[in-house]
Amino acid sequence: MTTPRDSSTSLADLAGEPTAVAVAAPAEGEARDSRRVTGIRLVIAIVSVVVLMFPMYWMIRTSLAPTSELSDLPVALWPKNWLWHNYTDPWHQFPFARWLKNSVVIAVVSVVLTLAINLMAGYAFAKLRFPMRNALFLLIISTLMVPIQVIMVPQFQMVIDLHLLNSNWGVIIPRLAEAFGLFMARQFFLAMPDELIEAAKLDGAGHFRTFWSVVLPLSKPLIASLVIFTFMWRWNEFVWPLIVLDDPNAYTLPVGLQFLISQFSTNFGPLLAMSFLSILPMLVVFAFFQKYFVEGVARTGLK
Amino acid sequence: MAASAARRAERRAGLFMVSPALVVFSVFMFVPIGMTFWYSLHKYSGFGRMRWIGTDNYATILSDHTFWAAAKNTILYTAITVPIGVVAGLSAALLLNRWMPARGLFRALFYVPVVISGVASGIIFLRLFDPLLGILNQIMTSVGLPSIDWQGSGFWALMSIIIVSTWQGIGFGMVVYLAALQGIPREVYEAGIVDGAIGWKRFRHITWPLLRPTTFFLVVYSIIGSFQVFDVVYVLTRGGPGTSTTFLVQYAYDQGFNQRKQGYAAAIGVILYVVVLLFTLVQWRVTKDRDEA
Repeated sequence: MTTPRDSSTSLADLAGEPTAVAVAAPAEGEARDSRRVTGIRLVIAIVSVVVLMFPMYWMIRTSLAPTSELSDLPVALWPKNWLWHNYTDPWHQFPFARWLKNSVVIAVVSVVLTLAINLMAGYAFAKLRFPMRNALFLLIISTLMVPIQVIMVPQFQMVIDLHLLNSNWGVIIPRLAEAFGLFMARQFFLAMPDELIEAAKLDGAGHFRTFWSVVLPLSKPLIASLVIFTFMWRWNEFVWPLIVLDDPNAYTLPVGLQFLISQFSTNFGPLLAMSFLSILPMLVVFAFFQKYFVEGVARTGLK
Repeated sequence: MAASAARRAERRAGLFMVSPALVVFSVFMFVPIGMTFWYSLHKYSGFGRMRWIGTDNYATILSDHTFWAAAKNTILYTAITVPIGVVAGLSAALLLNRWMPARGLFRALFYVPVVISGVASGIIFLRLFDPLLGILNQIMTSVGLPSIDWQGSGFWALMSIIIVSTWQGIGFGMVVYLAALQGIPREVYEAGIVDGAIGWKRFRHITWPLLRPTTFFLVVYSIIGSFQVFDVVYVLTRGGPGTSTTFLVQYAYDQGFNQRKQGYAAAIGVILYVVVLLFTLVQWRVTKDRDEA
């Protein structure tokens, strides 16, 4: 953790790879296994993916079936008829639209604020000299793995005192202390050559100008990773919203979903339809920006 | 002097740029951690007055059977999940490291469960594990295996949580190991071929030792992560049957927000904090020694 690592070069192949189904040409000079070994690996990979993806398939398959079909054993692997009203009915029965809106607002606002805080701090910790820099950084990083259950009691009191129960802000503000993003940003800026910053200084730019017009434009991969990870963490978050929100209109999607479990009981069709809708935005984000997920994991110097 | 003016400007800019982070970390992390210690010395329902009771909460913990059951469950879950996760992640990485058709697509699909919320994952598996309507039992009985009452016995309930956790975590381990495998220079392997190191021998004597820092990182990270498993348990088993899948984080939540014993929940939080901090320090220590060596 104490030395900067530029992971982007060693990851060039891993992260920048196109994921088209088409047979991708191997990177130039990359060692290849024999045809037989590659064939065996391919078979294992296909079997593994079928097993890993089966729960996903079963979610979609169940979400399209009426309850009667699902209790009629054995359940067919492929739906007999496609029942779309599992996807439409719960919108009228429950404030699903409100939950969706709350989740979007919380995730988007959290991303904007967290990024502003972490980009600035990460840059300062990496490139600027100021008193107590290392001590402060270590102090922040020591909270990297602290579970929410350690601080939930006092944080809950704070949210009550600030009158933020059942409010989006009550979910957003206490979670702005996000050490992972800060660490990721600092590692990225450490790997950035000092010459770039020196050159900007020679042109007469101050520290903020340099940060804004030289450093940030060069940090697009970092910004993409931070956006995606922060969005994912806040979109999927459960414990803290569960504590702060008890009015069904204020729920986020995960809190709403666990509320639906008791409502639908064994009526799995609509429950899984709503679950699928709740993860769909995340799947779309992942499909488009997956290389930044990989880069982000690698950038924290996890090697 | 110009140099010291420049240094002052740098110092000002640095402090200014870290100040928002320092404010949010102070108010929402450092102060709450301190306050958790303070609350843990009180009896408090969450409303009204707090009553000072000294170390009574900790004394109660020592003789609290449910606490020790939760601690035991947490350790058991960790001891099973972490090795499985490491082996699964490494296997996936080795499988998908070298060229094969549609390699990128395979890697992406292995990673998909990582981006799905714990609540949605829990609901998906709630359906799969359903004792009557679940497809898992149907498949098992159709091949002549006995059907399992997944939520009926403590052992199988714990197994169901472990299965979901492994499903969720395999992609993360894979990505971490892939990054490390790409970092091994080809020359190392080429030198090994001369010495006859191929196949299992190559893995055993070249790849695995070079991956040791990665494995260490992943093990510590997964241990701390496994202390925090909450969402899936909340959806799948609610900590039951009995207390067989109640982990420390569940117990803390239950005490604080269902039983309204917030002082007691804070005391459990303090214990969690100390344990997590110990593991973090071990990780720092080892990483530091390695980097300086």
